[in-house]
Amino acid sequence: MTSRNIYEQQSANRRNTLFVMAGFTLLVGLIGLGFDSAVLGIVPGDTGSFLGGLPVVTLGALLYGSFAAVSSLRSGAKTVLGSAGAVPIDDTRESYRQYVNVADEMAIAAGVPRPALYVIPDPDPNAFATGTEPSNASIAVTEGLLSGLTRDELQAVVAHEMSHIRNYDIRLMTIVAALIGTVMLLTELGLRAMRAGAFKGRGGSKKGSAGGPILLVIWAIALVLAPVISRILAMAVSRQREYLADASAAELTRNPAALASALTKIDLATEPTRSIKKGTAHLCIADPLAREMNDREGFLADLFATHPPIKRRVMILSAMAYQSRITSPGRPPGSSTGQLPQTPVGTP
Amino acid sequence: MTFFVVLLIVVAVLALWVVGQYNRLVTLRNQVQNGWKQIDVQLKRRHDLIPNLVNAVKGSMEFEQDTLQKVIAARNAAVGASGVADAAAKENALTGALSRFFALAESYPALKSNENVRQLQEELSSTENKISFARQFYNDIATKFNIAQEVFPGNIIAGIFGFRMSELFEITDAAERAVPGVDLSLRK
Repeated sequence: MTSRNIYEQQSANRRNTLFVMAGFTLLVGLIGLGFDSAVLGIVPGDTGSFLGGLPVVTLGALLYGSFAAVSSLRSGAKTVLGSAGAVPIDDTRESYRQYVNVADEMAIAAGVPRPALYVIPDPDPNAFATGTEPSNASIAVTEGLLSGLTRDELQAVVAHEMSHIRNYDIRLMTIVAALIGTVMLLTELGLRAMRAGAFKGRGGSKKGSAGGPILLVIWAIALVLAPVISRILAMAVSRQREYLADASAAELTRNPAALASALTKIDLATEPTRSIKKGTAHLCIADPLAREMNDREGFLADLFATHPPIKRRVMILSAMAYQSRITSPGRPPGSSTGQLPQTPVGTP
Repeated sequence: MTFFVVLLIVVAVLALWVVGQYNRLVTLRNQVQNGWKQIDVQLKRRHDLIPNLVNAVKGSMEFEQDTLQKVIAARNAAVGASGVADAAAKENALTGALSRFFALAESYPALKSNENVRQLQEELSSTENKISFARQFYNDIATKFNIAQEVFPGNIIAGIFGFRMSELFEITDAAERAVPGVDLSLRK
């Protein structure tokens, strides 16, 4: 799988996200409909049962979860930028010229308006993007990132963030948050009902069948595991979107090697990025908390990390770089270094 | 009666589908045209920046008057170009002249310490990148447009309404393809 080219990688990531989201929907359905039928005696879809078979609890919880997520999205961008201490950059300042230029370049390559640019006064290299759609998006990078990376590497990081925006990842993660909220609410309700022993169950209804008790047990187990499962699913989505943003960044710059070396540099700076809080972690190019989890490979790390291991990302990017070298031998990287470019810039 | 209702629904759905397909093609065509204009915007910017840069470095690079002359000549030729094919050839020549200039400038430490020159070079190399990326975007969107016209059933709609394929940007100059090779030979 490591020998995939950029486009194959992109469609694989999109497919994986779809699978995980389907799993999420299934989980919400299982727990919610389980509650409706076990506690209230509603048989979904059966107009003869209680409340005409309308799964009220499931729908109510979904509504609540969506409402909570949308209201957090409303104030989201400002809060995120504010809590990280990000300040809007002064376009005219010479030291930010390169940052503004690479952002302009990537906006042209992506065909979107250039996002608002912010800087976080933190020496550790990191970056994140926020905003619900390309027209209201922002990108923030740390001072450490600006000073530590070459022009090509900065361009690659900005391309990665631009890809999060272009792929509507912030919106997707909001939907995920809404689903988590729904699961949490349903679990809480379900566990309470269980303690109170309030079961109508299918056995009590006229349509009762032998499957009733077994379904009840399955539902009870799902209820206990739901918080863990929903977290695992959310992190899986998060990691898939990181891989996808890496691949899309490579598509924009046509220079996967630069992103690989930027990631390696970010990885070597072991200090946590103190200005970025835990809640923003999944938006960043690399885990700002420098948690051990995200560096490890293995079963547990695979389940709970917000970001895939950097070494693995670098490996995939290097494979892409190798691929693009064989498929288009004459293609110049389309970008140049620092003030005095070493690579003469070519025409695509 | 039922037959006519069914027929009406089928016709309505079909009409909606045609409208959707047509609108998609029109949107893509506009994006392609917009992408083409983006390239022009960046080329114009390059033409405006070059005289400034040449003036700024003239003093420090007096031994390279020949290279500077070539850049200026290529720039003027590109500004005066008429027609797409002519413009493409002259812009490519300008790109070549500029990359030789950038490679030469590497060996002048005085230029690196000159803030003004550094700014201009950052601007110009960024503009060079923007030209490449604008072309890349144009090619991506034009490919999408062409594919939409070629696949079934898009090809039927495209045929009826007379959509035409967009041309892709290609490197015509053999020397252009060899750019990475030039890079190696000049690197210090």
